[in-house]
Amino acid sequence: MGKNQYNTSEEPENTTTVHIRRAVAYVVLVLVSIMCLFWFYILFINATRSNGELGRGFTLLPSSYLGENMHNIFTGTIPVVRGMLNSFTVAALSALLSTYFSTMTAYSIQIYDFKGKKAIFAFILAIMMIPTQVTALGFVNLVNGMGLEDNFIPLIVPSIAAPITFFYMKQYMESNLPVSLIEAARIDGATELRIFNTIAVPLMKPAIAVQAIFTFVASWNNYFIPSLVLHKDNMKTLPIQIAQLRSADWLKFDMGQVYAMIAFSIFPVIIVYLILSKNIVGGLTAGGVKE
Amino acid sequence: MNKAKKGNMARLNRWGYIFLIPFIVVFIIFQLIPLVNTIYNSFFENYRSGLKQIGPNFIGLANYASLFTGGDLIQYFENTMIMWVLGFIPQIVISLLLSAWFTNPSLRLKGQRFFKTVIYLPNLIMTSAFAMLFFTLFADSGPINSMLMQAGILSEPYSFMSHVGSVRGLVAFMNCLMWFGNTTILLMAGMMGISADLYEAAEVDGATPTQIFFKITMPLLRPIFIYVMITSLIGGLQMFDVPQILTNGTGDPMRSSMTLIMYLNKHLYSKNYGMAGALSVMLLILTGVLSFIVFRVTASDQVKKVR
Repeated sequence: MGKNQYNTSEEPENTTTVHIRRAVAYVVLVLVSIMCLFWFYILFINATRSNGELGRGFTLLPSSYLGENMHNIFTGTIPVVRGMLNSFTVAALSALLSTYFSTMTAYSIQIYDFKGKKAIFAFILAIMMIPTQVTALGFVNLVNGMGLEDNFIPLIVPSIAAPITFFYMKQYMESNLPVSLIEAARIDGATELRIFNTIAVPLMKPAIAVQAIFTFVASWNNYFIPSLVLHKDNMKTLPIQIAQLRSADWLKFDMGQVYAMIAFSIFPVIIVYLILSKNIVGGLTAGGVKE
Repeated sequence: MNKAKKGNMARLNRWGYIFLIPFIVVFIIFQLIPLVNTIYNSFFENYRSGLKQIGPNFIGLANYASLFTGGDLIQYFENTMIMWVLGFIPQIVISLLLSAWFTNPSLRLKGQRFFKTVIYLPNLIMTSAFAMLFFTLFADSGPINSMLMQAGILSEPYSFMSHVGSVRGLVAFMNCLMWFGNTTILLMAGMMGISADLYEAAEVDGATPTQIFFKITMPLLRPIFIYVMITSLIGGLQMFDVPQILTNGTGDPMRSSMTLIMYLNKHLYSKNYGMAGALSVMLLILTGVLSFIVFRVTASDQVKKVR
Protein backbone atom coordinates (compact mmCIF):
# COMPACT_ATOMS: atom_id res chain seq x y z
CA MET A 1 0.00 0.00 0.00
CA GLY A 2 1.00 3.62 0.09
CA LYS A 3 2.68 3.76 -3.27
CA ASN A 4 0.42 4.15 -6.22
CA GLN A 5 0.72 2.86 -9.70
CA TYR A 6 0.08 6.08 -11.55
CA ASN A 7 3.00 7.56 -13.40
CA THR A 8 5.07 9.57 -11.02
CA SER A 9 6.90 11.70 -13.56
CA GLU A 10 6.70 15.42 -12.99
CA GLU A 11 3.60 16.65 -14.68
CA PRO A 12 2.78 20.25 -15.45
CA GLU A 13 0.19 21.16 -12.89
CA ASN A 14 -1.64 24.16 -11.67
CA THR A 15 0.59 24.53 -8.62
CA THR A 16 -1.47 26.97 -6.58
CA THR A 17 -4.66 24.87 -6.60
CA VAL A 18 -2.65 21.75 -5.80
CA HIS A 19 -0.99 23.57 -2.92
CA ILE A 20 -4.34 24.69 -1.56
CA ARG A 21 -5.86 21.22 -1.91
CA ARG A 22 -2.84 19.66 -0.26
CA ALA A 23 -3.08 22.12 2.63
CA VAL A 24 -6.78 21.33 3.08
CA ALA A 25 -5.99 17.60 3.04
CA TYR A 26 -3.34 18.00 5.73
CA VAL A 27 -5.59 20.11 7.93
CA VAL A 28 -8.43 17.56 7.70
CA LEU A 29 -6.04 14.64 8.29
CA VAL A 30 -4.60 16.30 11.37
CA LEU A 31 -8.10 17.06 12.72
CA VAL A 32 -9.24 13.48 12.08
CA SER A 33 -6.11 12.14 13.79
CA ILE A 34 -6.75 14.35 16.81
CA MET A 35 -10.32 13.07 16.90
CA CYS A 36 -8.96 9.50 17.00
CA LEU A 37 -6.31 10.08 19.65
CA PHE A 38 -7.96 12.68 21.89
CA TRP A 39 -9.95 10.11 23.92
CA PHE A 40 -6.92 7.99 24.65
CA TYR A 41 -5.01 11.06 25.72
CA ILE A 42 -7.69 11.99 28.29
CA LEU A 43 -7.78 8.36 29.39
CA PHE A 44 -4.03 8.38 29.96
CA ILE A 45 -4.12 11.67 31.89
CA ASN A 46 -7.02 10.59 34.06
CA ALA A 47 -5.51 7.19 34.82
CA THR A 48 -2.59 9.03 36.41
CA ARG A 49 -4.77 11.18 38.70
CA SER A 50 -6.27 10.50 42.12
CA ASN A 51 -9.97 10.47 42.82
CA GLY A 52 -9.74 13.84 44.56
CA GLU A 53 -7.89 15.44 41.63
CA LEU A 54 -10.43 14.01 39.17
CA GLY A 55 -13.23 15.67 41.11
CA ARG A 56 -11.60 19.05 40.63
CA GLY A 57 -12.03 19.12 36.84
CA PHE A 58 -9.78 18.32 33.91
CA THR A 59 -6.14 19.20 33.35
CA LEU A 60 -3.93 18.63 30.34
CA LEU A 61 -0.93 17.36 32.30
CA PRO A 62 -0.57 13.94 33.93
CA SER A 63 -0.34 13.59 37.69
CA SER A 64 1.60 11.02 39.71
CA TYR A 65 -0.99 8.50 40.88
CA LEU A 66 -0.66 5.97 38.04
CA GLY A 67 1.28 3.50 40.18
CA GLU A 68 -1.16 3.80 43.05
CA ASN A 69 -4.22 3.43 40.80
CA MET A 70 -2.68 0.37 39.17
CA HIS A 71 -1.83 -1.10 42.55
CA ASN A 72 -5.44 -0.52 43.64
CA ILE A 73 -6.98 -2.31 40.67
CA PHE A 74 -4.59 -5.23 41.03
CA THR A 75 -5.68 -5.68 44.64
CA GLY A 76 -9.32 -4.70 44.08
CA THR A 77 -12.50 -6.75 44.00
CA ILE A 78 -12.41 -7.46 40.25
CA PRO A 79 -9.55 -9.86 39.43
CA VAL A 80 -8.29 -7.94 36.41
CA VAL A 81 -4.96 -9.71 36.07
CA ARG A 82 -6.79 -13.01 35.99
CA GLY A 83 -9.21 -11.46 33.48
CA MET A 84 -6.37 -10.39 31.22
CA LEU A 85 -4.79 -13.83 31.47
CA ASN A 86 -8.13 -15.45 30.59
CA SER A 87 -8.62 -13.09 27.65
CA PHE A 88 -5.09 -13.78 26.46
CA THR A 89 -5.49 -17.56 26.71
CA VAL A 90 -8.75 -17.57 24.77
CA ALA A 91 -7.53 -15.10 22.15
CA ALA A 92 -4.13 -16.74 21.58
CA LEU A 93 -5.51 -20.27 21.24
CA SER A 94 -8.34 -19.05 18.98
CA ALA A 95 -5.82 -17.30 16.74
CA LEU A 96 -3.64 -20.41 16.58
CA LEU A 97 -6.44 -22.86 15.79
CA SER A 98 -8.25 -20.51 13.44
CA THR A 99 -5.24 -19.76 11.25
CA TYR A 100 -3.92 -23.33 11.12
CA PHE A 101 -7.23 -24.95 10.26
CA SER A 102 -8.37 -22.17 7.92
CA THR A 103 -5.13 -22.68 6.01
CA MET A 104 -5.89 -26.40 5.92
CA THR A 105 -9.42 -25.82 4.62
CA ALA A 106 -8.15 -23.39 2.00
CA TYR A 107 -5.43 -25.88 1.01
CA SER A 108 -8.05 -28.55 0.47
CA ILE A 109 -10.06 -26.33 -1.90
CA GLN A 110 -7.00 -24.90 -3.64
CA ILE A 111 -4.88 -28.02 -4.24
CA TYR A 112 -7.21 -31.00 -4.59
CA ASP A 113 -9.85 -31.92 -7.08
CA PHE A 114 -12.86 -33.70 -5.71
CA LYS A 115 -16.57 -33.98 -6.10
CA GLY A 116 -18.62 -31.28 -4.38
CA LYS A 117 -15.66 -28.95 -4.00
CA LYS A 118 -17.34 -26.08 -5.78
CA ALA A 119 -20.50 -26.48 -3.72
CA ILE A 120 -18.52 -26.49 -0.47
CA PHE A 121 -16.62 -23.38 -1.48
CA ALA A 122 -19.83 -21.58 -2.39
CA PHE A 123 -21.39 -22.72 0.86
CA ILE A 124 -18.51 -21.40 2.99
CA LEU A 125 -18.71 -18.03 1.24
CA ALA A 126 -22.46 -17.95 1.71
CA ILE A 127 -22.29 -18.48 5.47
CA MET A 128 -19.49 -15.93 5.81
CA MET A 129 -21.78 -13.09 6.80
CA ILE A 130 -24.08 -14.95 9.19
CA PRO A 131 -23.52 -13.35 12.59
CA THR A 132 -22.79 -15.55 15.63
CA GLN A 133 -25.52 -13.75 17.56
CA VAL A 134 -28.36 -15.38 15.65
CA THR A 135 -27.28 -18.85 16.75
CA ALA A 136 -26.46 -17.74 20.31
CA LEU A 137 -29.56 -19.35 21.80
CA GLY A 138 -28.80 -22.79 20.38
CA PHE A 139 -25.12 -22.28 21.20
CA VAL A 140 -25.88 -21.62 24.87
CA ASN A 141 -28.19 -24.64 24.98
CA LEU A 142 -25.48 -26.78 23.43
CA VAL A 143 -22.80 -25.52 25.83
CA ASN A 144 -25.07 -26.19 28.82
CA GLY A 145 -25.96 -29.60 27.44
CA MET A 146 -22.30 -30.53 27.09
CA GLY A 147 -21.54 -29.21 30.57
CA LEU A 148 -19.06 -26.70 29.16
CA GLU A 149 -20.21 -23.63 31.07
CA ASP A 150 -17.33 -21.73 32.64
CA ASN A 151 -15.00 -23.43 30.22
CA PHE A 152 -12.88 -21.87 27.48
CA ILE A 153 -13.45 -24.71 25.00
CA PRO A 154 -16.70 -23.28 23.54
CA LEU A 155 -14.91 -19.95 23.02
CA ILE A 156 -11.80 -21.42 21.38
CA VAL A 157 -12.75 -24.48 19.34
CA PRO A 158 -15.45 -22.81 17.15
CA SER A 159 -12.73 -20.58 15.65
CA ILE A 160 -11.59 -23.61 13.62
CA ALA A 161 -14.54 -22.98 11.29
CA ALA A 162 -13.85 -19.33 10.39
CA PRO A 163 -15.13 -18.54 6.89
CA ILE A 164 -13.57 -15.07 6.68
CA THR A 165 -10.11 -16.31 7.66
CA PHE A 166 -10.55 -19.18 5.22
CA PHE A 167 -11.44 -16.77 2.41
CA TYR A 168 -8.37 -14.64 3.07
CA MET A 169 -6.13 -17.72 3.09
CA LYS A 170 -7.66 -18.97 -0.14
CA GLN A 171 -7.05 -15.61 -1.83
CA TYR A 172 -3.46 -15.51 -0.62
CA MET A 173 -2.82 -19.09 -1.67
CA GLU A 174 -3.91 -18.44 -5.23
CA SER A 175 -0.88 -16.25 -5.86
CA ASN A 176 1.63 -17.49 -3.29
CA LEU A 177 1.56 -21.27 -3.27
CA PRO A 178 3.29 -22.79 -6.32
CA VAL A 179 1.80 -26.20 -7.15
CA SER A 180 5.15 -27.29 -8.58
CA LEU A 181 6.69 -27.30 -5.10
CA ILE A 182 3.97 -29.62 -3.86
CA GLU A 183 4.38 -31.94 -6.82
CA ALA A 184 8.13 -32.04 -6.28
CA ALA A 185 7.60 -33.02 -2.65
CA ARG A 186 5.21 -35.77 -3.74
CA ILE A 187 7.84 -37.20 -6.05
CA ASP A 188 10.22 -37.20 -3.08
CA GLY A 189 7.65 -39.40 -1.35
CA ALA A 190 6.41 -37.02 1.34
CA THR A 191 2.94 -37.68 2.71
CA GLU A 192 0.18 -35.14 2.07
CA LEU A 193 -0.09 -34.04 5.70
CA ARG A 194 3.67 -33.61 5.86
CA ILE A 195 3.66 -31.56 2.67
CA PHE A 196 0.97 -29.34 4.14
CA ASN A 197 2.86 -28.82 7.39
CA THR A 198 6.38 -28.40 6.03
CA ILE A 199 5.75 -26.68 2.68
CA ALA A 200 2.34 -25.00 2.58
CA VAL A 201 2.22 -23.60 6.13
CA PRO A 202 5.68 -21.96 6.00
CA LEU A 203 4.84 -20.39 2.63
CA MET A 204 1.62 -19.01 4.10
CA LYS A 205 3.40 -17.39 7.08
CA PRO A 206 2.70 -13.75 6.10
CA ALA A 207 -1.02 -14.45 5.66
CA ILE A 208 -1.10 -16.48 8.87
CA ALA A 209 0.53 -13.61 10.77
CA VAL A 210 -2.03 -11.10 9.53
CA GLN A 211 -5.01 -13.32 10.24
CA ALA A 212 -3.62 -14.37 13.62
CA ILE A 213 -3.56 -10.71 14.62
CA PHE A 214 -7.14 -10.13 13.46
CA THR A 215 -8.51 -13.29 15.08
CA PHE A 216 -6.67 -12.44 18.28
CA VAL A 217 -8.12 -8.93 18.38
CA ALA A 218 -11.66 -10.10 17.55
CA SER A 219 -11.53 -12.72 20.28
CA TRP A 220 -9.88 -10.33 22.75
CA ASN A 221 -12.68 -7.81 22.23
CA ASN A 222 -15.53 -10.32 22.14
CA TYR A 223 -18.17 -9.66 24.75
CA PHE A 224 -21.53 -11.10 23.66
CA ILE A 225 -20.83 -14.85 23.56
CA PRO A 226 -18.31 -15.03 26.47
CA SER A 227 -20.78 -13.21 28.72
CA LEU A 228 -23.30 -15.99 28.04
CA VAL A 229 -20.81 -18.80 28.73
CA LEU A 230 -18.58 -17.54 31.57
CA HIS A 231 -20.16 -16.85 34.97
CA LYS A 232 -17.51 -17.63 37.58
CA ASP A 233 -15.44 -14.63 38.64
CA ASN A 234 -12.10 -16.29 38.03
CA MET A 235 -13.09 -17.41 34.51
CA LYS A 236 -14.34 -14.04 33.24
CA THR A 237 -12.54 -12.26 30.43
CA LEU A 238 -11.73 -8.54 30.40
CA PRO A 239 -14.79 -7.31 28.44
CA ILE A 240 -17.10 -9.03 30.94
CA GLN A 241 -15.23 -7.39 33.80
CA ILE A 242 -15.62 -4.00 32.12
CA ALA A 243 -19.37 -4.61 31.89
CA GLN A 244 -19.31 -5.58 35.57
CA LEU A 245 -17.59 -2.31 36.37
CA ARG A 246 -20.26 -0.47 34.42
CA SER A 247 -23.18 -2.20 36.14
CA ALA A 248 -21.73 -1.70 39.63
CA ASP A 249 -22.79 1.48 41.34
CA TRP A 250 -19.90 3.26 39.74
CA LEU A 251 -20.23 6.58 41.57
CA LYS A 252 -19.03 4.85 44.72
CA PHE A 253 -15.85 3.88 42.93
CA ASP A 254 -12.56 5.61 43.11
CA MET A 255 -12.64 7.18 39.63
CA GLY A 256 -8.87 6.96 39.37
CA GLN A 257 -9.27 3.20 39.56
CA VAL A 258 -12.04 3.17 36.96
CA TYR A 259 -9.78 5.01 34.50
CA ALA A 260 -6.84 2.80 35.40
CA MET A 261 -8.86 -0.30 34.65
CA ILE A 262 -10.03 1.04 31.29
CA ALA A 263 -6.42 1.99 30.53
CA PHE A 264 -5.31 -1.49 31.57
CA SER A 265 -7.62 -3.06 28.99
CA ILE A 266 -6.90 -0.58 26.17
CA PHE A 267 -3.22 0.39 26.27
CA PRO A 268 -1.59 -3.06 25.92
CA VAL A 269 -3.47 -3.48 22.63
CA ILE A 270 -2.40 -0.01 21.45
CA ILE A 271 1.25 -0.76 22.23
CA VAL A 272 1.16 -4.12 20.43
CA TYR A 273 -0.63 -2.46 17.52
CA LEU A 274 2.00 0.25 17.17
CA ILE A 275 4.69 -2.45 17.05
CA LEU A 276 2.83 -4.52 14.45
CA SER A 277 1.06 -1.70 12.59
CA LYS A 278 3.01 -2.28 9.38
CA ASN A 279 1.65 -5.83 9.11
CA ILE A 280 -1.86 -4.89 10.12
CA VAL A 281 -2.51 -1.91 7.88
CA GLY A 282 -0.69 -3.49 4.94
CA GLY A 283 -2.26 -6.89 5.42
CA LEU A 284 -5.80 -5.58 5.48
CA THR A 285 -6.06 -5.35 1.75
CA ALA A 286 -3.56 -7.98 0.66
CA GLY A 287 -6.06 -10.75 0.18
CA GLY A 288 -9.35 -9.90 1.78
CA VAL A 289 -10.89 -7.76 -0.89
CA LYS A 290 -11.42 -8.22 -4.55
CA GLU A 291 -11.23 -5.33 -6.93
CA MET B 1 1.10 -45.58 -17.00
CA ASN B 2 -1.54 -42.92 -17.59
CA LYS B 3 -4.05 -45.07 -15.78
CA ALA B 4 -1.72 -45.55 -12.83
CA LYS B 5 -1.22 -41.81 -12.58
CA LYS B 6 -4.96 -41.27 -12.64
CA GLY B 7 -5.48 -43.74 -9.83
CA ASN B 8 -2.73 -42.05 -7.88
CA MET B 9 -4.36 -38.65 -8.37
CA ALA B 10 -7.71 -40.01 -7.19
CA ARG B 11 -6.03 -41.35 -4.07
CA LEU B 12 -4.37 -37.99 -3.46
CA ASN B 13 -7.59 -36.11 -4.01
CA ARG B 14 -9.14 -38.04 -1.16
CA TRP B 15 -6.94 -35.83 1.02
CA GLY B 16 -9.11 -32.94 -0.09
CA TYR B 17 -11.93 -34.42 1.95
CA ILE B 18 -9.68 -35.27 4.88
CA PHE B 19 -8.40 -31.70 5.12
CA LEU B 20 -11.99 -30.45 5.13
CA ILE B 21 -12.97 -32.59 8.14
CA PRO B 22 -11.98 -30.16 10.94
CA PHE B 23 -13.92 -27.29 9.38
CA ILE B 24 -16.99 -29.39 8.64
CA VAL B 25 -17.10 -31.10 12.05
CA VAL B 26 -16.66 -27.86 14.01
CA PHE B 27 -19.13 -26.09 11.77
CA ILE B 28 -21.77 -28.77 12.32
CA ILE B 29 -21.29 -28.93 16.08
CA PHE B 30 -20.90 -25.26 16.92
CA GLN B 31 -22.91 -23.54 14.19
CA LEU B 32 -25.34 -25.86 12.46
CA ILE B 33 -26.71 -27.67 15.54
CA PRO B 34 -27.14 -24.36 17.44
CA LEU B 35 -28.86 -22.89 14.39
CA VAL B 36 -31.32 -25.78 14.13
CA ASN B 37 -31.88 -25.66 17.89
CA THR B 38 -32.56 -21.90 17.71
CA ILE B 39 -35.12 -22.32 14.95
CA TYR B 40 -36.71 -25.26 16.79
CA ASN B 41 -37.00 -23.24 20.00
CA SER B 42 -38.76 -20.41 18.20
CA PHE B 43 -41.88 -22.59 17.87
CA PHE B 44 -42.14 -23.29 21.60
CA GLU B 45 -43.50 -21.46 24.58
CA ASN B 46 -40.62 -21.69 27.04
CA TYR B 47 -39.98 -19.13 29.74
CA ARG B 48 -39.94 -18.50 33.47
CA SER B 49 -42.71 -16.64 35.23
CA GLY B 50 -41.42 -15.96 38.70
CA LEU B 51 -40.28 -19.32 39.99
CA LYS B 52 -42.59 -21.26 37.70
CA GLN B 53 -41.28 -22.69 34.45
CA ILE B 54 -43.78 -22.37 31.59
CA GLY B 55 -43.40 -24.87 28.77
CA PRO B 56 -41.81 -25.94 26.63
CA ASN B 57 -45.11 -26.27 24.75
CA PHE B 58 -45.41 -26.24 20.98
CA ILE B 59 -47.25 -23.07 19.96
CA GLY B 60 -46.47 -22.78 16.26
CA LEU B 61 -45.89 -19.24 15.10
CA ALA B 62 -47.30 -17.53 18.20
CA ASN B 63 -43.86 -16.23 19.26
CA TYR B 64 -43.50 -14.54 15.89
CA ALA B 65 -46.97 -13.04 16.20
CA SER B 66 -46.26 -11.60 19.64
CA LEU B 67 -42.89 -10.34 18.41
CA PHE B 68 -44.63 -8.21 15.80
CA THR B 69 -47.77 -7.22 17.71
CA GLY B 70 -45.80 -6.15 20.80
CA GLY B 71 -44.43 -3.14 18.93
CA ASP B 72 -41.07 -3.40 20.70
CA LEU B 73 -39.43 -5.14 17.75
CA ILE B 74 -40.31 -2.32 15.36
CA GLN B 75 -39.05 0.28 17.82
CA TYR B 76 -35.75 -1.52 18.44
CA PHE B 77 -35.28 -2.02 14.72
CA GLU B 78 -35.87 1.70 14.24
CA ASN B 79 -33.39 2.56 17.03
CA THR B 80 -30.77 0.29 15.48
CA MET B 81 -31.26 1.75 12.02
CA ILE B 82 -31.26 5.37 13.21
CA MET B 83 -27.99 4.88 15.08
CA TRP B 84 -26.48 3.02 12.14
CA VAL B 85 -27.41 5.73 9.61
CA LEU B 86 -26.22 8.52 11.94
CA GLY B 87 -22.83 6.80 12.17
CA PHE B 88 -22.55 5.54 8.62
CA ILE B 89 -23.10 8.83 6.79
CA PRO B 90 -20.14 10.69 8.34
CA GLN B 91 -18.14 7.45 8.18
CA ILE B 92 -18.55 7.01 4.44
CA VAL B 93 -18.05 10.73 3.68
CA ILE B 94 -14.79 10.92 5.66
CA SER B 95 -13.61 7.59 4.22
CA LEU B 96 -14.27 8.61 0.62
CA LEU B 97 -12.51 11.91 1.14
CA LEU B 98 -9.47 10.39 2.84
CA SER B 99 -9.12 7.48 0.43
CA ALA B 100 -9.40 9.84 -2.56
CA TRP B 101 -6.63 11.99 -1.08
CA PHE B 102 -4.41 9.07 -0.16
CA THR B 103 -4.59 7.62 -3.68
CA ASN B 104 -4.34 10.94 -5.50
CA PRO B 105 -0.91 11.09 -7.19
CA SER B 106 -0.86 14.84 -7.70
CA LEU B 107 -1.33 15.56 -3.99
CA ARG B 108 1.67 13.41 -2.97
CA LEU B 109 0.69 13.43 0.70
CA LYS B 110 3.48 12.75 3.16
CA GLY B 111 3.16 10.77 6.38
CA GLN B 112 0.52 8.43 4.94
CA ARG B 113 1.79 5.52 7.04
CA PHE B 114 1.33 7.59 10.19
CA PHE B 115 -2.19 8.76 9.29
CA LYS B 116 -3.34 5.28 8.25
CA THR B 117 -1.98 3.82 11.47
CA VAL B 118 -3.80 6.45 13.53
CA ILE B 119 -7.19 6.21 11.79
CA TYR B 120 -7.18 2.42 11.97
CA LEU B 121 -6.32 2.40 15.67
CA PRO B 122 -9.88 2.84 17.10
CA ASN B 123 -10.99 -0.28 15.21
CA LEU B 124 -8.76 -2.49 17.35
CA ILE B 125 -9.78 -1.09 20.72
CA MET B 126 -11.89 -3.34 22.94
CA THR B 127 -15.37 -2.05 22.19
CA SER B 128 -16.67 -2.54 25.71
CA ALA B 129 -13.71 -0.66 27.21
CA PHE B 130 -14.14 2.11 24.64
CA ALA B 131 -17.85 2.42 25.52
CA MET B 132 -16.99 2.45 29.23
CA LEU B 133 -14.43 5.16 28.53
CA PHE B 134 -17.04 7.30 26.77
CA PHE B 135 -19.48 6.69 29.58
CA THR B 136 -17.03 8.07 32.14
CA LEU B 137 -15.84 10.91 29.89
CA PHE B 138 -19.40 12.08 29.16
CA ALA B 139 -20.75 11.55 32.68
CA ASP B 140 -22.35 14.54 34.39
CA SER B 141 -19.21 15.09 36.45
CA GLY B 142 -16.87 13.78 33.75
CA PRO B 143 -14.02 15.58 31.97
CA ILE B 144 -16.01 16.59 28.86
CA ASN B 145 -18.53 18.48 30.95
CA SER B 146 -15.82 20.07 33.03
CA MET B 147 -13.94 21.10 29.88
CA LEU B 148 -17.02 22.63 28.34
CA MET B 149 -17.70 24.51 31.54
CA GLN B 150 -14.10 25.67 31.89
CA ALA B 151 -14.30 26.94 28.32
CA GLY B 152 -17.50 28.81 29.18
CA ILE B 153 -19.60 26.92 26.63
CA LEU B 154 -21.86 25.42 29.30
CA SER B 155 -22.90 26.99 32.57
CA GLU B 156 -23.98 23.71 34.14
CA PRO B 157 -23.23 20.06 33.25
CA TYR B 158 -25.17 18.65 30.29
CA SER B 159 -26.57 15.22 31.12
CA PHE B 160 -25.48 13.32 28.00
CA MET B 161 -26.87 10.04 29.28
CA SER B 162 -30.45 11.22 29.80
CA HIS B 163 -31.19 12.76 26.40
CA VAL B 164 -32.28 10.67 23.42
CA GLY B 165 -30.28 12.70 20.91
CA SER B 166 -27.03 12.68 22.85
CA VAL B 167 -27.09 8.95 23.66
CA ARG B 168 -27.88 7.99 20.06
CA GLY B 169 -25.38 10.57 18.86
CA LEU B 170 -22.65 9.15 21.07
CA VAL B 171 -23.34 5.59 19.93
CA ALA B 172 -23.29 6.71 16.29
CA PHE B 173 -20.14 8.75 16.83
CA MET B 174 -18.32 5.83 18.44
CA ASN B 175 -19.33 3.48 15.65
CA CYS B 176 -18.17 6.00 13.07
CA LEU B 177 -14.88 6.52 14.88
CA MET B 178 -14.25 2.80 15.16
CA TRP B 179 -14.99 1.97 11.54
CA PHE B 180 -14.02 4.87 9.25
CA GLY B 181 -10.36 3.81 9.20
CA ASN B 182 -11.28 0.31 8.09
CA THR B 183 -13.62 1.70 5.41
CA THR B 184 -10.93 4.12 4.20
CA ILE B 185 -8.48 1.28 3.67
CA LEU B 186 -11.06 -0.85 1.82
CA LEU B 187 -12.02 2.06 -0.46
CA MET B 188 -8.36 2.81 -1.12
CA ALA B 189 -7.84 -0.72 -2.35
CA GLY B 190 -10.73 -0.18 -4.74
CA MET B 191 -9.45 3.19 -5.93
CA MET B 192 -5.95 1.89 -6.56
CA GLY B 193 -7.44 -0.76 -8.80
CA ILE B 194 -8.79 1.87 -11.19
CA SER B 195 -6.62 2.25 -14.26
CA ALA B 196 -4.39 5.34 -14.28
CA ASP B 197 -5.04 5.83 -18.01
CA LEU B 198 -8.60 6.88 -17.26
CA TYR B 199 -7.42 9.62 -14.94
CA GLU B 200 -4.80 10.81 -17.40
CA ALA B 201 -7.30 10.92 -20.22
CA ALA B 202 -9.71 12.90 -18.07
CA GLU B 203 -6.97 15.33 -17.07
CA VAL B 204 -5.98 15.82 -20.69
CA ASP B 205 -9.61 16.61 -21.46
CA GLY B 206 -9.50 19.23 -18.73
CA ALA B 207 -11.74 17.58 -16.13
CA THR B 208 -11.69 19.08 -12.65
CA PRO B 209 -10.84 16.89 -9.61
CA THR B 210 -14.49 17.01 -8.56
CA GLN B 211 -15.62 15.85 -12.01
CA ILE B 212 -13.02 13.09 -12.01
CA PHE B 213 -14.22 11.92 -8.60
CA PHE B 214 -17.91 11.77 -9.53
CA LYS B 215 -17.60 10.68 -13.17
CA ILE B 216 -14.75 8.17 -12.94
CA THR B 217 -13.91 7.15 -9.38
CA MET B 218 -17.43 6.71 -8.04
CA PRO B 219 -18.93 4.64 -10.91
CA LEU B 220 -15.91 2.30 -11.00
CA LEU B 221 -15.91 2.03 -7.24
CA ARG B 222 -19.52 0.84 -7.19
CA PRO B 223 -18.96 -2.86 -6.38
CA ILE B 224 -16.66 -2.14 -3.47
CA PHE B 225 -18.91 0.68 -2.34
CA ILE B 226 -21.90 -1.68 -2.21
CA TYR B 227 -19.75 -4.23 -0.39
CA VAL B 228 -18.75 -1.64 2.22
CA MET B 229 -22.30 -0.41 2.65
CA ILE B 230 -23.96 -3.79 3.07
CA THR B 231 -21.29 -5.27 5.32
CA SER B 232 -21.60 -2.13 7.43
CA LEU B 233 -25.38 -2.58 7.49
CA ILE B 234 -24.98 -6.20 8.60
CA GLY B 235 -22.55 -5.00 11.26
CA GLY B 236 -25.05 -2.30 12.23
CA LEU B 237 -27.78 -4.86 12.77
CA GLN B 238 -25.40 -6.61 15.16
CA MET B 239 -24.82 -3.41 17.14
CA PHE B 240 -24.50 -4.46 20.76
CA ASP B 241 -21.34 -3.71 22.79
CA VAL B 242 -21.44 0.07 22.51
CA PRO B 243 -25.06 0.78 23.53
CA GLN B 244 -25.08 -2.16 25.97
CA ILE B 245 -22.14 -0.85 27.99
CA LEU B 246 -22.98 2.82 27.53
CA THR B 247 -26.51 2.40 28.89
CA ASN B 248 -25.80 -0.61 31.12
CA GLY B 249 -28.16 -2.73 29.02
CA THR B 250 -31.20 -0.55 29.62
CA GLY B 251 -31.19 1.29 26.29
CA ASP B 252 -32.17 4.43 28.20
CA PRO B 253 -33.52 7.03 27.96
CA MET B 254 -36.91 5.40 27.42
CA ARG B 255 -35.34 2.44 25.57
CA SER B 256 -34.50 4.78 22.70
CA SER B 257 -31.05 3.26 22.25
CA MET B 258 -32.10 -0.38 22.71
CA THR B 259 -30.89 -2.38 19.69
CA LEU B 260 -32.14 -5.69 18.32
CA ILE B 261 -29.23 -7.67 19.75
CA MET B 262 -29.64 -6.01 23.15
CA TYR B 263 -33.27 -7.17 23.01
CA LEU B 264 -32.08 -10.69 22.14
CA ASN B 265 -29.57 -10.55 24.99
CA LYS B 266 -32.35 -9.61 27.40
CA HIS B 267 -34.44 -12.61 26.35
CA LEU B 268 -31.42 -14.89 26.66
CA TYR B 269 -30.70 -13.66 30.19
CA SER B 270 -34.32 -13.98 31.32
CA LYS B 271 -34.36 -17.44 29.71
CA ASN B 272 -37.34 -16.66 27.47
CA TYR B 273 -36.12 -19.12 24.85
CA GLY B 274 -39.21 -18.99 22.65
CA MET B 275 -39.02 -15.28 22.04
CA ALA B 276 -35.22 -15.33 21.79
CA GLY B 277 -35.56 -18.02 19.12
CA ALA B 278 -38.14 -16.12 17.10
CA LEU B 279 -36.08 -12.93 17.27
CA SER B 280 -32.95 -14.83 16.18
CA VAL B 281 -34.77 -16.29 13.18
CA MET B 282 -35.96 -12.83 12.13
CA LEU B 283 -32.39 -11.52 12.38
CA LEU B 284 -31.13 -14.54 10.47
CA ILE B 285 -33.56 -13.90 7.61
CA LEU B 286 -32.67 -10.23 7.52
CA THR B 287 -28.91 -10.83 7.46
CA GLY B 288 -29.42 -13.72 5.07
CA VAL B 289 -31.05 -11.43 2.51
CA LEU B 290 -28.34 -8.82 2.94
CA SER B 291 -25.56 -11.42 2.75
CA PHE B 292 -27.05 -12.75 -0.44
CA ILE B 293 -26.65 -9.31 -2.00
CA VAL B 294 -23.00 -9.15 -0.86
CA PHE B 295 -22.47 -12.64 -2.17
CA ARG B 296 -23.88 -11.70 -5.57
CA VAL B 297 -21.80 -8.54 -5.76
CA THR B 298 -18.45 -9.84 -4.55
CA ALA B 299 -18.17 -13.56 -4.13
CA SER B 300 -19.93 -15.17 -7.08
CA ASP B 301 -17.04 -14.74 -9.49
CA GLN B 302 -14.70 -16.19 -6.86
CA VAL B 303 -16.65 -19.43 -7.03
CA LYS B 304 -16.49 -19.41 -10.81
CA LYS B 305 -12.71 -19.30 -10.64
CA VAL B 306 -12.57 -22.64 -8.85
CA ARG B 307 -12.41 -25.41 -11.40
